[in-house]
Amino acid sequence: MAPPKHRRPGFSRRAQYGLFIGYVLATVGVVVALAVIASWRLDPAGFSLIRGIALDATAPFTAAGRSVVTGVANGADEVAAYWNAGARNRRMAADLAAAHTALVQARATAFENARLRRLMRVVDRTPQTIVATRIIGSTVSGTRRLATIAAGRSDGVRPGQPVRSGEGLVGRIFESGQTAARLLMLTDSGSTVPVRLVRNGLPALVAGNGDGRLRVRPLIVGENPFRRGDLLVTSGTGGLYPPNVPVAVVIGADALGPVARPLADPDRTDFVVVQAIYAPEAAAPPPGLPTTGAP
Amino acid sequence: MIRWRPRAGSAHRGALIDGQTPTVSRFARAVPAGTTLLASALSALPMVSDAPALPPLGLLTVLSWRLLRPELWGAWIALPLGLADDLLTGQVPGTAMASWTILFLFLDIVDERLMFRDYMLDWTIAAIGICACITGAVLAAGIGSGSLHIFVPQMLLAILCFPFVERICAAIDRWRLQR
Repeated sequence: MAPPKHRRPGFSRRAQYGLFIGYVLATVGVVVALAVIASWRLDPAGFSLIRGIALDATAPFTAAGRSVVTGVANGADEVAAYWNAGARNRRMAADLAAAHTALVQARATAFENARLRRLMRVVDRTPQTIVATRIIGSTVSGTRRLATIAAGRSDGVRPGQPVRSGEGLVGRIFESGQTAARLLMLTDSGSTVPVRLVRNGLPALVAGNGDGRLRVRPLIVGENPFRRGDLLVTSGTGGLYPPNVPVAVVIGADALGPVARPLADPDRTDFVVVQAIYAPEAAAPPPGLPTTGAP
Repeated sequence: MIRWRPRAGSAHRGALIDGQTPTVSRFARAVPAGTTLLASALSALPMVSDAPALPPLGLLTVLSWRLLRPELWGAWIALPLGLADDLLTGQVPGTAMASWTILFLFLDIVDERLMFRDYMLDWTIAAIGICACITGAVLAAGIGSGSLHIFVPQMLLAILCFPFVERICAAIDRWRLQR
């Protein structure tokens, strides 16, 4: 096609000025936008008000359609469940028997554990639940891995609070609007969670890889202590995330190190629980210990 | 129906037919911007995914309109449309604002240099634009260029989707001008 006459609007002085002002506006706009990006990088909370309003505006539509999507996904699962149902039934019966034995052992261990904790006077600060809500959507095309939940500032949701589902840790609140909030998923490359290995209590860090997998970094130097199938739970170190929430399963390793898969698949998770920021026991010294500083 | 006749030398000048500016209703002038907003809002669809799965539909739509109808918009239109896209998709504010406007200014230069564009050239220009915008968004989000390979599938998907989106825009274009 022939080129349009962008640069030559004719002899009309008014049209020439209009074109010129258009270009001036565009250039100034680019500079302003770059400044906005820079200031957001320095202070991500700075634009929370306007972003919260936009989030509140889109959340109802997302919530309405979510049930349809979940319904379709569940329907596919229902059909798949009929496939080789017999073999699955036998395997589940065997699993159940094994699980029953393990459950009895676990009950005994839990009882002993509680008794020992009473002896040691260990105080547990179980984080209180702020709100239980639904995941209603996520940024499917954006560069960050953010999901939207149907509860916001009016329900007490504040940035930084950990979010978990029945399966495990989902992420933490990134920004909150009045009736909806965005959470930063574990798989985002900006997310790091202190964890420990269930098998031997080894501390490690789990960081998002941006592609649905997690990268595991052991905190000690040496050979790779992870095996395929190892379970990782939060350690509660540094606060924020409460301890003993399942996080991920190690699925293998690549050239850069061990790789894990998050236990809570955000695609299948519908209900999540927002918890208060976990205050570690170290933050409040037990009575009787000498304190320095404040009387 | 309010008929709106653009002034001589206005943004619609490129569409001169026998020296006459076409009469375009206000609704028809609003359709391209409206479809772009709609495409940006599609990312609010109730899908949850842990990897970038969908192409940036707002970008594809705005590129399609710009390449189909170069006379339609001045470069400044990318500012409000980009701002809306940023807010709807939850990206770093200013990302689409800056990258789309820079892209539009760049396309004005391209239009000036290339005398004629055909389908393949449109696609090539769009491919370069898509890759540049996604890279810009990744850098703006502070993820670092090391993990850029994660976004390569999304880039390829967006490039392959572009002719499809352009077709849809062309169909909408015929519909809005026939009304």
